[in-house]
Amino acid sequence: MSEITLSVKGLRKSIGKKEIIRGIDFDLKKGEVFGFLGPNGAGKTTTIRMLVGLIKPSAGSIEIGGYNLRNNFTKAMAQMGCIVENPELYSYLTGWENLEHFARMLPEVDRSHMNYVVKLVRLEERIQDPVKTYSLGMRQRLGIAQALLGKPKVLILDEPTNGLDPMGIREMRNFIRYLAEEDGLTVLVSSHLLSEIQLMCDRVAIISKGSVIKVDYVENLLAMQEKVIWQVEPREAAKEILSSVTDVIDGPDGTIITPYLEIQSANWNQMLVEKGIHVNEMNRKSPALEDLFLELTGGESID
Amino acid sequence: MISLVRNEMLKIVRKKRILIVAGIIAVLVALFTYSQYRDLERRLERFGDVDWRTTVQQQIIDMQNRLTSSGISDEWKSELQLTIQQQQYYLDNNVNPMEPGAPSFARMFAEHSINLLLPLMIMVVAADIVSAERTAGTVKLLLTRPVKRWKILMSKYLALILSVSIIVILFGVLSYLISGFVFGYLGWSAPVITGFSVAGNELNTNAVQMIPQWQYLLMEFSLVWFVALIVGTITFMLSVLIRNTPAGMGVMLAALISGAILSSMVASWESAKYLFMINLNLTGYLSGQAPPIEGMTLGFSLIVLAVWGLAALVVSFAVFIRQDIY
Repeated sequence: MSEITLSVKGLRKSIGKKEIIRGIDFDLKKGEVFGFLGPNGAGKTTTIRMLVGLIKPSAGSIEIGGYNLRNNFTKAMAQMGCIVENPELYSYLTGWENLEHFARMLPEVDRSHMNYVVKLVRLEERIQDPVKTYSLGMRQRLGIAQALLGKPKVLILDEPTNGLDPMGIREMRNFIRYLAEEDGLTVLVSSHLLSEIQLMCDRVAIISKGSVIKVDYVENLLAMQEKVIWQVEPREAAKEILSSVTDVIDGPDGTIITPYLEIQSANWNQMLVEKGIHVNEMNRKSPALEDLFLELTGGESID
Repeated sequence: MISLVRNEMLKIVRKKRILIVAGIIAVLVALFTYSQYRDLERRLERFGDVDWRTTVQQQIIDMQNRLTSSGISDEWKSELQLTIQQQQYYLDNNVNPMEPGAPSFARMFAEHSINLLLPLMIMVVAADIVSAERTAGTVKLLLTRPVKRWKILMSKYLALILSVSIIVILFGVLSYLISGFVFGYLGWSAPVITGFSVAGNELNTNAVQMIPQWQYLLMEFSLVWFVALIVGTITFMLSVLIRNTPAGMGVMLAALISGAILSSMVASWESAKYLFMINLNLTGYLSGQAPPIEGMTLGFSLIVLAVWGLAALVVSFAVFIRQDIY
């Protein structure tokens, strides 16, 4: 689990005088799903396009499977499969012809592997139809089949669930987990949706305004639950009462912080009131990842 | 590399571009064949079963009459004079310039389409060869393969050369087959006069020689192929530079049409001879037409076109390799 498959160091990109990516570093390990989270315009897509060689970085290095992307483009790219934004395939060719087209651009892909990939994305029945007759979900799956043709170590998916219906989103999520857990692939997924990252990823990098502001395990980030902040009088008496029923921490400005639990929090309030304590303010705090995100990005919106 | 070129050819063929071009050529050839057939018929009606010499003589007299009329420009006048001299030469040497037959038709058709029609056909194939990948977004998949960018562009260029060759061959074959249906398929060895050159206002006939038609056709189609290749290369560059296919096509179309217009009116603007679109009428040097600008020769035009083609190729590769794809 500790083998590093993709390593990014000091990645920067300027367009004209404007620096749009201001130094991004992270390492991806074998078999993990890594989330790339940030609001629209934070630099996710630019970063991903640098990772896949579509945009040349102004500074920094990218290593894929130990090969430097700049000096050893072909070897580095042979380790990677990707979909950047929508999977735009040749709509006037059939699914199979598309796969053949991309297979011819790889060192060697045998037929049995192509069949295996088609089966994996469950397109056996439609693979001989022209791509223009495919639904978006099928195109997305064909895109993934195409990305898996070269038996990559790293799979990079930019907004993989964009435009999919709820069924498709869940399928995609399960599929990505499967690839990471069963095949040991490293999957980098970008998204502007918190819920998606939360459900699918092991680790997440939060990116805002061109730099990574935090990289951590999703569990760690979620460990900070929803909270209630109490503004009460007298404080010590209230604290004693509350600590008899739940965990209590001292908050800033003489507040008390407890976890938020649906009905119980209301009961605690009643308890306090019955004991003659003034509850001046009772403030519920939002879920931690979103909260953290807002804190970290300085209130930038995320949808 | 072969498999990459195969990919590109597959895309061109499946987009049915060559088929469309073949269709257009077939329709036009049929059209011109018919109009020429009517022309012949009318002439027969008018002159009866007359000797071709009479017709040529009649034409010479017509042109001489036009020369004496006032109100025609000097350029037009000198061109008429040259044509008269040429016709006279045919007459003196007993060579029928209107020898009917499919080879003659193919020769004339190629002569007339080299500076506009054929370049347009080439444009249909070349204009979206790179830009379509950008518009459709497939370029992102293409450039994230373990293949260097110059190889991808090279495969596209080789596919273009192949398509251009196919179109030129189709052009010859279709015009021969379709017109032969009406005019007959004979006439391969009919003599054709070539080697006219124009010095000042004099038709220089020193180097004039008679060669069999098939040899003339071979020379002519080599020149046609070369023009098609250069036009294809320049369109290819526009396809790299301009992401929007219709915009690229528009630029090329404007250049070609302006070339056709300019050719007939730039005699006094001498530096225009370095523009590629003025130099497209290579077959004119074979048949002895006066060049659009005095002093232009076949060698000169070939060099100008080659330089344009090479420059376009260099620009295409330099841009494509460095370009960031957003």
